[in-house]
Amino acid sequence: MVKTVFGAAILFVMIVVTAYLAFHYAPIEKTMGVIQKIFYLHLPSAFSSFVALGVCFYANLRYVFTREAKWDWLGVSAAEVGLAFISVVLISGPIWAHPVWGIWWTWDARLTLTFVLWLLYMAYLLLRSMLEDPDKRALFSALFGIFAFLDVPLVYFSIRWWRTQHPQPVILGGPGSGLDPRMRVSYLLVWAAFTGLLVLLIDARYKLEAMRAGVEELRREAEVR
Amino acid sequence: MKNLDSVLAAYLAGWAIFFVYYVTIARRMATLRDEIERLKDSLNRGK
Repeated sequence: MVKTVFGAAILFVMIVVTAYLAFHYAPIEKTMGVIQKIFYLHLPSAFSSFVALGVCFYANLRYVFTREAKWDWLGVSAAEVGLAFISVVLISGPIWAHPVWGIWWTWDARLTLTFVLWLLYMAYLLLRSMLEDPDKRALFSALFGIFAFLDVPLVYFSIRWWRTQHPQPVILGGPGSGLDPRMRVSYLLVWAAFTGLLVLLIDARYKLEAMRAGVEELRREAEVR
Repeated sequence: MKNLDSVLAAYLAGWAIFFVYYVTIARRMATLRDEIERLKDSLNRGK
């Protein structure tokens, strides 16, 4: 309980710090105006989702080769947390797009592939909920998770490979891209806070999965008696 | 300021997702903790 309250307190401090950086420290963008402030929520969420799904991919690979339960726990934890971050991306994006583009959504490569990514990891979690045998559940979901991760590089490179409605990259975007120094500092600090949030959530979710495995073991023990 | 309501809506929705998700983890943990206690009790009684 103390850890839960401590985690929630950290989360609250992060909200205050990121709000200060995004709304007060970073300047207002000249063309888009204040709506550009969504960038400080949208982009760190997108990068954090890639990190979470990268952790999931690594854990899935390790499970397939070692069959150790801890990799299965890490895989599902990272997948669920990644899904939460993608959900934030898919909600904040259209809220930004409506005043800027005049439409909530368009089926361009970046948006479509991000939505497909969300569907793939929803399917990953649904698959797990349908399989009762722990070994089968872990193996099949690890294999599916490895396949699902193929969409991550497609999402990342989609705005570089194809002409899209989605804005071109401002971070690592090559010549002509870049950010105002105060925007860059704000973005990097917000991203650091989001990385902290990512670690906090994956750690909490991993402990939950370890507890669930403990409960399943106790249940089996109770059934044998 | 134009579109400030959209910005606030995006931030509120984003942080609500993280907060609700964190609360669901804490609640699922509390349920499992109770389940572990219950199973341990029933196993101890069976000894």
